[in-house]
Amino acid sequence: MTLRAGVVVFPGSNCDRDLAVALRAAGAEVTAVWHKDTSLPDGLDLVALPGGFSFGDYLRCGAIAARAPIMRAVAAFAARGGAVLGICNGFQILIEAGLLPGALMRNGGLKFVCAEAALQVMTSDSPFTRLYGPLETIRYPIAHHDGAYVADEQTLARLRGEDRVAFRYVANPNGSAGAIAGILSENRRVLGLMPHPERAVDPVHGGTDGERLFAGLAAHALADALSA
Amino acid sequence: MKARVHVTLKSGVLDPQGEAVRHALGSLGFAGVGEVRLGKVIELDIDASDAAQARVQVDAMCKALLANTVIENYEVEIA
Repeated sequence: MTLRAGVVVFPGSNCDRDLAVALRAAGAEVTAVWHKDTSLPDGLDLVALPGGFSFGDYLRCGAIAARAPIMRAVAAFAARGGAVLGICNGFQILIEAGLLPGALMRNGGLKFVCAEAALQVMTSDSPFTRLYGPLETIRYPIAHHDGAYVADEQTLARLRGEDRVAFRYVANPNGSAGAIAGILSENRRVLGLMPHPERAVDPVHGGTDGERLFAGLAAHALADALSA
Repeated sequence: MKARVHVTLKSGVLDPQGEAVRHALGSLGFAGVGEVRLGKVIELDIDASDAAQARVQVDAMCKALLANTVIENYEVEIA
């Protein structure tokens, strides 16, 4: 069963094409979805929110995009158990939309950080991380100004206790609480992360550690179809 | 009717931009500056018949969009 993915495009998204390329390389069928649409195409397995600077980062990063018409459909899709992936600005949008807890603030060092980051995969128990070994160290590029993950102690304890921290930075580049780079929703079907797996899917990128995230989603769609 | 919303970071939330401003003030020779915290002021021109109604409207706007209540507090002034 082919993975059917929708990539939402907002004004200012700039990783939507890279994300589509990475998904197609994993065998997915990809449809672009415009932010003003009020419904998603039928039969999607995955909705992906790309990186970029939606609405110029006005007010707060992701704040305006999170209130775009398509986001009601995305929230309903997530509530039905659909898989949702938010990368970088997509993560900020998921947080602003309340689909993931906490907040993302200006980097602790105040500088835009563009680098390759070593990450530890904290759980294999999700459609996104199923092909990584637990505590495996991988490398994805990072490129953001507002990626410091912030949450109250209770939320952080809950994320840890429920095994919902998906990725941690080996060397914290932005002052994130608990060096958190990516988190999962309660049902483990929504992942938000600041690093860019779609920029690590071809040897010319300098690494291919991102491939398994997309391949994992394809395998997940197949497993879902077989069990349905 | 004019409304003014002050959005500030909750106490306990680190403000690295405020820290940078504090350092810059220090290097300009302003001594004795303690904590510095940055916020936002949002001015709105709204259609409301009285101040109470305006306040209700703006409060709803703050909760829905203008402030991120995970990390920010807000205060509404109606003029």
